[in-house]
Amino acid sequence: MAIKTDAVGKSWPSTTYQVGREKIREYATVLGIENPVHYDVGAAREAGFRDVVAPPMFAVVYSMHALAPAMFDPEVGMNFATMVHGGQTFEWDEPACSGDEITTTAKCVSIEEKLGNGFYVFETTSVNGAGAEVVRGTWTNIVRGV
Amino acid sequence: MADWKAGDAVPELRVTPDKYLTNRYAGASGDFNPIHIDADFAKSVGLPSNILHGLYSMGLVAKAAAQGLGDGDPRALKKLTVQFRGMGLPEQEIVVTGSVKEVEGDRVTVDLEAAQGDNRIIRNARAELEL
Repeated sequence: MAIKTDAVGKSWPSTTYQVGREKIREYATVLGIENPVHYDVGAAREAGFRDVVAPPMFAVVYSMHALAPAMFDPEVGMNFATMVHGGQTFEWDEPACSGDEITTTAKCVSIEEKLGNGFYVFETTSVNGAGAEVVRGTWTNIVRGV
Repeated sequence: MADWKAGDAVPELRVTPDKYLTNRYAGASGDFNPIHIDADFAKSVGLPSNILHGLYSMGLVAKAAAQGLGDGDPRALKKLTVQFRGMGLPEQEIVVTGSVKEVEGDRVTVDLEAAQGDNRIIRNARAELEL
């Protein structure tokens, strides 16, 4: 059966996430990231940030809200029973700070079959309230045996 | 100017996620997929046990790069690419290792991987930092 590629190029509605100090603290604590700029507004401002700043990989927290509807879209049609997260890229620009409202848009950039497996690639683009790009994510999901 | 040169080792990061780490990471990240937090469910779909979130392991690779080279400055890391391979398990030590591939002015490119024993859970990771 040929892989379904109708969703290539499709975008999903943007989601907006408000970054907060306690969510940053929670994320940084779990990862054991100890730099006080992630916990203390005074330390963050002294280091040149508007407010408590998120570690780079906090990008997953706000990107996921935009990505989930794309991944579960029946038009994409991924079989979750045999899906694995195969690869991930993030490219960071403006740091994400507490108080930022970050708007993320997800798009399906490619669906390909390689050696009987399906490679589903999504891109998320996140911008802050000032319109500056915060991060761009490329998410590769592999579905075995399509 | 960065003091790094090609071939330099990235300071190693060693972390042993405890039994409940995946629950805390689920809460922090919003990813409550039961394969990460429910051992019985994970076994019912053919996994050895509940497994670590790949993006948690990637978070450790990001931490190793940012702390090891960028003094923990969250602005240092500009790009990170990883491939998820073997499954990571709670209660086993994760070791993140790496080496500097290239230095161009303030831009440092680093190759990294994360492993639990012989099980390389993140391979072909490449980080670009501005120092």
